[in-house]
Amino acid sequence: MSWFSQTLTSSIGKKLLMALTGLFLISFLVIHATINAMIFYNDGGETFTHWGHFMGTNPIVRTLEIGLIIGFLIHIIDGLLLWKNNRDARPVRYAVNNAAANSTWYSRSMGLLGTLLLIFLVIHTSHFWIPNRTNQFATGEELNLYQMMLDIFQNPVIVIIYILGCVSLFWHLLHGFKSAFQSLGLNHVKYNGIISFIGTAFSIVVPILFALMPLSIYLGWVK
Amino acid sequence: MEGNMSLSLKVWRQSNKDTAGGFENYKLDHVSPDMSFLEMFDVLNEQLIEEGKEPVSFDHDCREGICGACSMYINGRPHGPLRGVTTCQLHMRSFNDGDTIVVEPWRAAAFPVIKDLVVDRDAFDRVISAGGFVSVNTGNAQDANSLPIPKVAADDAFAAAACIGCGACVAACKNASAMLFVSAKISQLALLPQGQAERSIRAEKMVAQMDAEGFGACTNTGACSAECPKEISLENIARMNREYIGAKFSSSAV
Repeated sequence: MSWFSQTLTSSIGKKLLMALTGLFLISFLVIHATINAMIFYNDGGETFTHWGHFMGTNPIVRTLEIGLIIGFLIHIIDGLLLWKNNRDARPVRYAVNNAAANSTWYSRSMGLLGTLLLIFLVIHTSHFWIPNRTNQFATGEELNLYQMMLDIFQNPVIVIIYILGCVSLFWHLLHGFKSAFQSLGLNHVKYNGIISFIGTAFSIVVPILFALMPLSIYLGWVK
Repeated sequence: MEGNMSLSLKVWRQSNKDTAGGFENYKLDHVSPDMSFLEMFDVLNEQLIEEGKEPVSFDHDCREGICGACSMYINGRPHGPLRGVTTCQLHMRSFNDGDTIVVEPWRAAAFPVIKDLVVDRDAFDRVISAGGFVSVNTGNAQDANSLPIPKVAADDAFAAAACIGCGACVAACKNASAMLFVSAKISQLALLPQGQAERSIRAEKMVAQMDAEGFGACTNTGACSAECPKEISLENIARMNREYIGAKFSSSAV
């Protein structure tokens, strides 16, 4: 094995990949949340569609989208590999384990939360991204994503699924954001406070913003 | 005596690493609250010997919290309910009359059970043998301050060197990861001038050995540091990550 693949498949290398792709996906969330928040202009989707059109057709963004898919795949596959490695490291489990005494439940449940997010990702992309891109490839035309949102979020079950997805995202980010910096070795007395603050604030604000989208459409606040 | 306790013990018994183990229940009366947890086990073993039964095997040595030999998973926590304390320094006053106490060995693929509560921690020794040393000739003891070391570096190195290698970090970690131990051993040398010559090869080799032993990866839950009897800081794990990633991408060892 080359030194490069040896590094990335080591226990620390796997975490390095998780941290880098995790932070990359966090940067994607910023763009995703910002552009989707344009629906709150409540202008019949004009501003949202303008930016949606830019994101869906701009060649630079479309190229970066390939990077985003790769980022998702690395994060998911690496996460599953880590989950397997970590499970194999303790073949016999404790009969009595008081893990709550030394760590938070969500930091111990990143694999579970990630799996919930993966399920949500499949549901979510099959609602919007996959049909839209499929149509673009087939006809060259974009679908009316705004109208699709208005239609899809009339279903209360889907709205609840989306809100549960946001709840999983909150817990996943609450640990993941700070954990990524530690995995990269970025633990410094001068910056730990600000990393922790931004991580917590981000984990709260972004999922709430996302959750408000299906909710506002369902409740008719956004038409 | 006034204040003595009666306890129910549920102890893991296993004859060797190849046989399946199981829990045995024991009743112990007249336990003094001033006994250490290991002394309570001594009393239990006296009782078992008198009954003609096999005493419980457990690791112990100094019994003053500095050797790292004792290793019991007590009521779901390594070294029991107190923070910053080894099992030998845990006293029965931390429990109440009538309590049921569950005692298990460390659970990790890299720490196979030898007998009862004794696990094989040779994996730690092999990680140290891989690079946790300074092999350059450091000569005779030098005059004080002939080698300037910043106070902060000396303190951090000393705090890392406080690790007694008991394995509570591995036992507490949901991934049975040895990162806190290995990071402490890498840090104590990486922070000092004497450790510089072999700094990058040390990080590469010790981490490679750690992985080869079958320890898990780090999820940064912080359970290791919270349960560590020497309260080794998570900063060491961040330092190890820097040392390892830096070494891997910059050393000439391919």
